[in-house]
Order: sequence, then C-alpha cells, then structure tokens
Amino acid sequence: MTTNGGGTLLALDGISKYYGSFKANDQINFAIQAGEIHALLGENGAGKSTLVKMLYGSLQPDEGRILWQGKPVHISNPAEARALGVGMVFQHFSLFDALTVAENIALAMPKDQKLSDIAKRLEAVSKEYGLPLKADARIHDLSVGERQRVEIVRCLLQEPKLLILDEPTSVLTPQESEDLFKVLRRLSSEGTAILYISHKLAEVQALCQNATILRHGKVVGECVPAEETPLSLAKMMVGDDIHEIAPRATTSDGAEVILQVSDLTADGLTGFETSLKHINFGVRMGEVAGIAGIAGNGQSELFAVLSGERTSAPDMVKINGEPVGHLSILQRRKKGAMFVSEERLGHAAVPEMSLSDNVVLTRHGLEKDLQTGPFIRHGTAKRLKDKIAQMFDVRKGNDDPTAMSLSGGNLQKFVLGREVMAGAKLVIVNQPTWGVDAGSAAQLRQNLIDLAAAGAAILVISQDLDELFEISDRLATMAEGELSDFVPTSQTNRNEVGLKMTGAFVPAEGASA
Amino acid sequence: MGMTEAILLTIATAATPLLIAAIGELVVERSGVLNLGVEGMMVMGAVGGFVIASLTGNPWIGVLAAIALGVITSLLFAFLTLSLAANQVATGLSLTILGLGVSSLMGEQFVGQAGKKLGNLDFPFLTDLPLVGPLLFGQDPIFYISIALVFGVSWFLFRTRVGLTLRSIGNNHHSAHALGIPVLRYRYLAVMFGGACAGLAGGHLSLVYTPQWVENMTAGRGWIALALVVFASWRPARVLAGAYLFGAVSIGQLHAQALGIAVPSQLLTALPFLATIVVLVLISQNVRATLINTPAMLGRPFVPDR
Repeated sequence: MTTNGGGTLLALDGISKYYGSFKANDQINFAIQAGEIHALLGENGAGKSTLVKMLYGSLQPDEGRILWQGKPVHISNPAEARALGVGMVFQHFSLFDALTVAENIALAMPKDQKLSDIAKRLEAVSKEYGLPLKADARIHDLSVGERQRVEIVRCLLQEPKLLILDEPTSVLTPQESEDLFKVLRRLSSEGTAILYISHKLAEVQALCQNATILRHGKVVGECVPAEETPLSLAKMMVGDDIHEIAPRATTSDGAEVILQVSDLTADGLTGFETSLKHINFGVRMGEVAGIAGIAGNGQSELFAVLSGERTSAPDMVKINGEPVGHLSILQRRKKGAMFVSEERLGHAAVPEMSLSDNVVLTRHGLEKDLQTGPFIRHGTAKRLKDKIAQMFDVRKGNDDPTAMSLSGGNLQKFVLGREVMAGAKLVIVNQPTWGVDAGSAAQLRQNLIDLAAAGAAILVISQDLDELFEISDRLATMAEGELSDFVPTSQTNRNEVGLKMTGAFVPAEGASA
Repeated sequence: MGMTEAILLTIATAATPLLIAAIGELVVERSGVLNLGVEGMMVMGAVGGFVIASLTGNPWIGVLAAIALGVITSLLFAFLTLSLAANQVATGLSLTILGLGVSSLMGEQFVGQAGKKLGNLDFPFLTDLPLVGPLLFGQDPIFYISIALVFGVSWFLFRTRVGLTLRSIGNNHHSAHALGIPVLRYRYLAVMFGGACAGLAGGHLSLVYTPQWVENMTAGRGWIALALVVFASWRPARVLAGAYLFGAVSIGQLHAQALGIAVPSQLLTALPFLATIVVLVLISQNVRATLINTPAMLGRPFVPDR
C-alpha cells in the first residue's frame, strides 16, 4: 500500500458534537495520511455523517480540534473547507436538477472563474479520469451514475488534498462501482487522501488501506480491512447482536401461483418517463421472488400497478387467478395482498400522525372492529398498534408516538408488521431495508423469509443486491422498464445481475413463472 | 397626439405597475420564496408615496418613500417566513390584509386630496416626433425604470454568478446549503427587492397613474402581478409581454365600453386569471421545461441545521 507524499494530512483530536443530551460524536480521534484511502465504517446513525459535515464546515464541533497538516484549523463553512483542499461527494447529491453540469460545478468554484473556462476545464478533467461529461447537459437528464460523476468532477476541479465520499456506491451498479474505485485508486496514487464512508464491507476490504469504526458516536476500533473478515468487521460495526439469516430449502416449485402478471404495459408515472414494457412473471406460494435494478428503471411504476395505486387492464394482474388489475388498493387487500411501499415517511405512513392512526389508514375495511359506522374506534387501533409493536419488536419512545419520531428501522418494522400481521397471502415490498440499520435490516429480512415459510408469496423489489441474494429464491432484473426472466438465485451471481441492471439482456418473451 | 398614440400610452401606463410588481415577485420566487403579499406591499407603497409627496411637495421623494415602505413591509414577511420559518402562504395572505388595513389608516386624511404627479419626460424635438416620439421619449420616468428592470433582472438571473446562485437556491436549498451558500441571506435580499418593486409599483399608481389616494386603490393589481409571474413561467421577458397583454385588456375594456360594445366587464377582469390557468395547463404538459423554469423549492421553508 502506497502513501506517497506521506505525512499526516488531517488529524481529529477529541472531536465531539452534541444535540441536547444526545452525543452524535463523542471524543473522536483519528488521522489520515496523504495518499491514504481510509474507511469510516459504521451503521446508519453511528455518527459518520455528522463527523464529515464538521470536516466540510457544514457543522461546527462542540469540542476538540481539527489539525490540518499539523496545524489547528477552524472550518466555519464549506467554502473554507474547499479552500483548505477538502472535497466532498455527498450521499444525497448536492446538485441542482434544473441547472447544467457547468453551472452546478461553477457554484462550488471561486467566484472569479468564468463559466466558459469552467466548462472547458471540467470536460478536460472528466476525460482525463475517464468520467465523461457534457458541460451543457442538464442534471435532470442524467442518470444517477452520471450525477455522481458531476459531484466527483466538481471536487477534482478544486484539486483537493482530501476527498470525502459519503456512501458513494449505494446508487451504483457493481460495474459503475468498479469504475469509481479505479478513479479513487488513481487519485490515491497521485497523493490525494480519500475518506471513504460506507457500510458495505466487501468494498471497504477491496479498496481501503485503513479503517476507523464508529458506533453510537464513538470510535470503537481501527483496523486494516484486508486483514479482517466481513463478519469480524460487521461485529465491530454493530456490536455483537448480528443476526444471520437462517438458510432454508426452497420447496416452492410446483406450488400454487399467487401473483400472476401477464403482458403488463403501462406509461411512466409522469406520462413521459420509463414505461413498463410487456412484463410477465408469477410468484408462487412460499417463495421469495426478488427484482433487482437501479432506481428509476420502472420499479416504482411496477409497484404502483401491482398495489393498485394505478390500475391496469383487469387481466394484466391476477391474484389467486382472479383478475384484479382494475381493482383499488383496498379491494386487493381484501383478497389477501399486502403492500409495503418504498418511502416509509409520506407514502407508507403519514409522518405527523400517531402510529395508531397510521394503523387505521391501511387496515380500515380489513378489521371488523376498527370502525363503528363512519367513526373510528381508537381503542381497537391502539390494540392493533400494540400487537404490531410487540410482534415485530418496534422500539418507540412513548406509547403512541408520531410516525416521524421513530427511527428508520423501527418505522420500517412497524410498517411491515402492519401489513403482514393478519394472514397475508401475498406481500409486495419495495426497498424493504433502505436506510435501515443493520440490526433491523436483518430482522426485516428474517420476517420476510418467515412469512414465505408460512406459505405467503413474497415479492421484494430492491436495489440492494446483497439483500436480494440473501433472501430471494429467484431473481429477475429490471432495466428501462423491461423485466428479465427470473432465474434461481443459486444459478446466478452479482456480476451477471449487475450487467443486466445496465440493460444488457434480451427481454423476456412470454410468461416465465 | 392621435387616438392610436393615446391608446398606446394608456396601455403602457396601465402595464407599468403590473410589470414592476411582477418582476420583483419573479426574483423572490426564483429564490424559492412565495410572497403572496404583493398586493399589501403595493398598497403600502401607494399610500406612502402619496402622503410623502403631498407633505414634501416633491413627487421624487414620494417615489423613494413608496420604495421604502414596500421594503419595510416585505421585511416583516421576510422575518416571519425566513427567520421564523412560518408558512409562506398564510403569512403572505396576512400581509395583504394588513397592508390594506394599515394603508387605509395612514391615508385617511388624504382621501380626495389632489396629489403631486410625476411629470412625463419631455425632450425638445425628440418627444415631438410623430407616434414614436411620445411613446419612446415622452413617458413618465417610472416607465423607463420598468423596462430597465426587465432587462436588468434578466441579465442578472441568467448572466451573473450571483443570479446563478439565486436560481440554485430556488431549485434546491438543501444542496445550496451543503455547498455553503447562505440561503437565508440571499432570500432576505430577494424578498426585499420584491418589496422595493411592489412599493415602486404602488407609487406609480398614486403618483403617475391616478395622482390621488383612494382606499384599496391597488384594486387587485398585486394579484394580477402574482398571476403574471406564473403566466410568464418565471421568465422576465415573458413578464413584459404578459404585463402589456393584461394592460391592453384592461384599457381595451374601457374603450369597448365607450364604443358601446357589450363585453361583460367581469369577464375582462377575470381574463388575467383565466389566461394564467390556461398557461399553467400548457406548461405542465412539458415536464422538462417546467422543471427547468419552475423554482422547485417555491413556498418551502428552509431551516439550516446547526
């Protein structure tokens, strides 16, 4: 491992950040050498984002010192961080949809630079590093991978000494990730230090020379990732309560088909974007079927059509052999189908409403005792809420908190629990563990597998390949509104699926169930 | 001066306050803030301009007072919606109601008094040219300011770095904040500019258009200006076209009545709003153009994390 240039570039000395009595960061110490690729590992909520925001000047530490090339510095805003030589690639991109690539980059550059000069430089730099970009393209028209290129090139133009990347591969295909790693290794060899924030252990092992592990706002360990195993890293990250999914024998072949989708075609949600093109598949009793794909390739449209948020021709979607394409969500729920949508807050649950009120929203019409005439029976709603919380281990601050006050993992458990608590025959889940801590994610996955074992047909739409390989019996991939054939998970691998995610497959002809 | 010239001149006079108020609101909305209080700021400008001009005898001081009152009124809005992150729609509506009330109170003693009119420009020879003379060289000074504002704002928004930054805040204030752009400072300045424009537009009403003070004399022009911004899909040049179109409609209505053509005046009054609805439907058909021009953060409060 090279660290050319050498010398400590950045050192943190006892950095703390408090939100009231909550310690987001507690006495953090670590150092990065020039040219080093250093991983910052930790679960959601471990304090990684808070820490890097302080390095980038978006937040101020309450205690401790930041040493830059040995000298204490006070970084009071992002412009000062950039002037020092800190570049940042954000997890949720800090881009402006309506503006062009050049304009987006200009906004992070010193004020005296002309737009036309920036356009020339960005095209030169992007070409040099193999990150092709057009200066006058609008961000709105770019793919997620291209948007990340804009973020990276924006940093590179500032010739940073330290490049911070926050969960950079969460939106990339395996191939795109590999391309990113090439760029990062090259930057490292040129002397740029890289702080790489992730919870993906395999890529940290492949890429990073050193790792600092955060848990509950504290540094709990440092290690050389290459010398560890994924399990030992995960244990450091999560503590000891790591839950391994129990493998199970697949016995669903020949079982009854619960969900049948036939030649499903639909316009995009906005009327202009990805449409669904002749989709055929079936999901059988007792199996978990997974659909992989990069966001925006028609998964949202597919979920909307399957759940009844949008209707289709009756025969396109069948539940238990009955045409339901024209039916509403409630009518489909009454047939034993349950749906957990992608966004927990705002779609699956109303953020400002209490959990018991949120129970009423999807269970009305299904539970007899929930209503008397037009009036809600709050007692029943509260009982249902308690039952869900108990069955699915939902940890909450008080008896009946608002949905938005729960952590992502706990709310996701609640939302899943609400749907599946009473004998679901078919469960369709979109992004079941997105933004959920590892402990809750493992439990959610186990819940899905248990449901399948109990005889339900499960369809999981996810961008997380590791998750799909862990729980699904069969896998298909969506790209540009087309769905590949389902193949048994044991007969495929991540690279093959990754290639399909970019659209490199012949679309399915005829039903594949 | 012939009939055509007279009609064109009155159209320009009717369009000028709409244009100024709308161009100010356009800047405000481009920064992601929806200030529905245009009518209130405008009527404050009208009363302030009239009162100060009467007291000092100088309509130019009146113009400055109109601008100042517009800015002060807008600062109240800015403090509530930006510093305290109050709901922009509710605050804007309250500002209009407040402005109408306070202006009646302030102007009570001045109702019916003759005001000071801001004179038209008069260049020897140039102004006497047939047709183009009075139109190009013989109008009130605020007319020229309004035209300069359109080109100035257009240049500012699309050709300067600060304008780009302002648009970026309106497009995504989270991203702007992450890049270290002082979102609230830009929005304060934008809202104040909008207030200055609304105040000036009000001053035009009470110092040029009809140099007197009448309670509620803005008569819904602030709402037309708000509609104009949407009608123009947030493009300054289209605000210019829209203001003259709506100005022509309101003048045409008067001439139609004079000629005995029976067009229901209610229909003509409703026309700017009907036209805005039609334009909204049309622009929503083009998702991409809408996305590029519509400030995505419009009306959304921003609270920086710390």
